[in-house]
Amino acid sequence: MAWFEGEDLTCLRGDRLVFAALSLALERGGALLLEGPNGSGKSSLLKLLAGLLPAFTGTIRLDGADLATEPEALRETIAYLGHADAVKPALSVRENLEFWAALSLHPGNLDAALAAVDLGDIAWRPGRFLSSGQRRRLALARLLVAPAPLWLADEPTVGLDRASVARFETMLASHRAAGGAVILSSHLPIVLPGAQSLNLDDFAPDLINPFLDEGEEG
Amino acid sequence: MSRAFLALYTRDVRLALRQGADAAMALAFFLIAAALFPLGLGPSLDTLGRIAPGVVWVLALLSVILSLDRLFQADHEDGTLELIALNPHPLFLLVLAKVAAHWTTTGLPLILLSPAIALMLNLNEAGYLPLIIGLLLGTPALSLIGAIGAALSLGARRAGVLTALLVLPLTVPVLIFGVGAVEAAILGLAVAPHLALQGAVLAGALVLAPWAAGAAIRQAVQ
Repeated sequence: MAWFEGEDLTCLRGDRLVFAALSLALERGGALLLEGPNGSGKSSLLKLLAGLLPAFTGTIRLDGADLATEPEALRETIAYLGHADAVKPALSVRENLEFWAALSLHPGNLDAALAAVDLGDIAWRPGRFLSSGQRRRLALARLLVAPAPLWLADEPTVGLDRASVARFETMLASHRAAGGAVILSSHLPIVLPGAQSLNLDDFAPDLINPFLDEGEEG
Repeated sequence: MSRAFLALYTRDVRLALRQGADAAMALAFFLIAAALFPLGLGPSLDTLGRIAPGVVWVLALLSVILSLDRLFQADHEDGTLELIALNPHPLFLLVLAKVAAHWTTTGLPLILLSPAIALMLNLNEAGYLPLIIGLLLGTPALSLIGAIGAALSLGARRAGVLTALLVLPLTVPVLIFGVGAVEAAILGLAVAPHLALQGAVLAGALVLAPWAAGAAIRQAVQ
């Protein structure tokens, strides 16, 4: 049994079936790259795995325990990085991070996190004066000050320059070396040695009709 | 757990102080709207004194509701609310921290300002103490009840108006007991029952509102 599993997941948003009968499994130290065109449900899957979105069908298990019955275990396990950077314009880089560290159960080292995304020199700068790439790096640093074993990252490298992407790849490598796992979607090339990949198009609902059960009614 | 509460509370207070215009707006509204009454009704001290308890309370209520869009809206737009909902700490506690910060930056300054408004409207001197105590019990209840409306209207267009429509009917008890206490004091009747009921509203809101607002937030971040 894998460490983190999703089985037979179906996602319904409004009245639109985004994907159906999707299963995935991830071990500690593993990585899963989500692929598929825009609108194929990568963000929805990440939200669903994070527990932001209820699954229409299916179960998510961590260490064999069903997370529908214990959402607290999921919240202690995942760090979610969505499209938004969650950077407060009126707080400095350091104050932004201090807040996330204080909200974490096991806060990580602040200076190390700032160094990892190369924001140490402008730690005093208010969020409103950051460029979009710098805001993104600040959001990435959140993964280090509020550490969790499973990272769920939605297009984490958007707006980053080449050097910053390389630093994020280093972050990912050391996270996995320490026994962490990561599920991410990315349209930009990213180095993830030994990563599994999952194409959301394979689970598009027009290929499968989930309301037609095997053989019963034809 | 208390560390997370404190971190969110101090962050929200700090943000409100640094973006001072937002918090000052509700206070300015309170002051200016109160100044309109003597202009509209004429300078008759008798008339003003009779309506003073109601005017102070209605304006305090409207000022709090006016400031509610600040409570969750910005955090919702920049993605912070998603992360707060995903935080391992109970959402009930985190909502309570945000409401406490909202009260500190809105309700508390309103209370400090209210004697000046009461003076301007010629409130009977027996009414001052029950007014202040009533506001001390009532404004936290308004922030708590308002949080439900603010959370429910997240993502809606014209969220401010929607929040007011959702919240105003729920705030009627706070208004009735608050004004009742002041008028009882002016007429020389017992004040304590009104304040006790006001306290009961606060106690109920304290238990139910963060839970309800938390549920609405979970809906909003889907």
